[in-house]
Amino acid sequence: MREKGRAYLAQIKAGILDNNPVLVQLLGMCPTLAVTTSVTNAIGMGLAATAVLICSNLFISLLRKFIPKQVRIAAYIVIISGFVTTVELLMKAYFPALDRALGLFIPLIVVNCIILARAEAFASKNAPIASMVDGLSMGLGFTAALVLIATVREILGAGSFCGISLFGEAYQPAIIFILPSGAFLTLGFILAAVQKVKNVQQDRQKMRCTECSVEEEGAE
Amino acid sequence: MKETPTVKSVSGVEVPSLLTVSPAPHIHHPDSTRTIMLDVIFALVPAAVWGAYVFGLRVLLVILTCVGSAVLAEALTQKLLRRPVTIADCSAALTGFLLALNLPVTVPLWMCVLGAAFAIIVVKQLFGGIGKNFVNPALAARVFLFSWPTEMTFFTAPTQRFGLFDFSVLADGVDVVSTATPLSALKAGAMPDVSLFDMIFGEVGGCIGEVSSILLIAGGIYLLVRRVITWHIPAAYIGTVAVITFFFPQGGSSTAFMLAEIFSGGLLLGAFFMATDYTTSPVTPIGRLVYGVGCGLLTVLIRYFGGYPEGVSFSILMMNTLVWYLDRYMRPRWFGGGKNGRK
Repeated sequence: MREKGRAYLAQIKAGILDNNPVLVQLLGMCPTLAVTTSVTNAIGMGLAATAVLICSNLFISLLRKFIPKQVRIAAYIVIISGFVTTVELLMKAYFPALDRALGLFIPLIVVNCIILARAEAFASKNAPIASMVDGLSMGLGFTAALVLIATVREILGAGSFCGISLFGEAYQPAIIFILPSGAFLTLGFILAAVQKVKNVQQDRQKMRCTECSVEEEGAE
Repeated sequence: MKETPTVKSVSGVEVPSLLTVSPAPHIHHPDSTRTIMLDVIFALVPAAVWGAYVFGLRVLLVILTCVGSAVLAEALTQKLLRRPVTIADCSAALTGFLLALNLPVTVPLWMCVLGAAFAIIVVKQLFGGIGKNFVNPALAARVFLFSWPTEMTFFTAPTQRFGLFDFSVLADGVDVVSTATPLSALKAGAMPDVSLFDMIFGEVGGCIGEVSSILLIAGGIYLLVRRVITWHIPAAYIGTVAVITFFFPQGGSSTAFMLAEIFSGGLLLGAFFMATDYTTSPVTPIGRLVYGVGCGLLTVLIRYFGGYPEGVSFSILMMNTLVWYLDRYMRPRWFGGGKNGRK
């Protein structure tokens, strides 16, 4: 049991860091670029997608032996859109302001390629609990990436964080970061930084391996 | 103690750069990146001096800040990225200079620093340095600086002069009045209230380097004579704008409207000095013509229908991104390569 728990934890860590759906797999670019104008929007979008992802992964996994291979994409879409409708109605009822801010991007979760990718690549091949954990990990990874991008954009482009003004009146925000071009700029920089960190890690690993192989040769 | 600069030859041997072989046909020519950049800077100096005369000595402060930050940004980035420091080729200085000429005289100095740093670090060095940027760094920086639209479109009248030590004009100068540029009048569909003579000589509001049409043309002719640029891009660019504005004037008579469109705004500065940037313009004559026509078309479309009164920087940037395709599809035919020059 403990081993399983550890495996799930590793899965969650992978979803947020090594296999992040946005920053590593480059999926779900459309909402990533569009809704990251403020941190509140990013959290709302991320959590909505996470909720859909967990539920759709669970149900697709449960039904994986009954869905004929030829119509699986259509079946996945039906399941996903059911949950998206639920989430949308709940948001309209309890968070009307957030729902207005996100607008069309909530119904568009239906065709979010992260959700479809996890259905196809994971939930259709794995057990229900593992699929739910996968949905949670990918959803958290998506949320984390959105919050990261939105933090940069909101601080530079509006001088605020979660709507709270940070620098006072004297600060003149660079509105380009709130505009679409700022989304591309920010995403580009963050992707470059992520790539750089990965390269450094790989280089270190290689160094370590060459060192250990040298030591082994020495021992011989 | 000066070391002879060396380059690595194909076989990996360090040879003195005196022996560097230029591309075929190997004709010795004194041109280098440095001489070309200095030629362009030299050609722009009259227009800049005129800017300083019209808008006051603060122009020099803006130019020095932009050039200084650009050169510093280049040196620092190259040091950090462990590349050879190439500030001596003057390309960073030219970028800073062009950026300064594209700013209004009242621009806050921190925007000069930020713009120059953006041009050099983001647009130039992060894409691999000189010759590898995909858009013109100075223009990209100008568009980036439109993050602060009020400061970027605050044009003062040519009679209002600012001193060398007016560090922050907009923040503490209460008596600074903005004026309508000829372009904003044209945008509204009216003829500008300044005479054509003033527009040609530069007694109008606008960016530092764009006001004096006649000095920009003189600089352009100097570059043509020195063969730093060819006629294709400026002729196609200005010609396209002239033809469209002549046949579809938005107000006034055809000729007067056409001349006002040509001699106002950044068209001449853009056509002669920025659209012709080697890295971001096509290499073949026919490609250059298509590129110039594209720039002209987009400029008029933005001036007529866009959100801003001026479209030169946006249209050059847009055509910059198409240069790869123009180079690819406008290749000259190969000798002996069949009808299309391709097998």
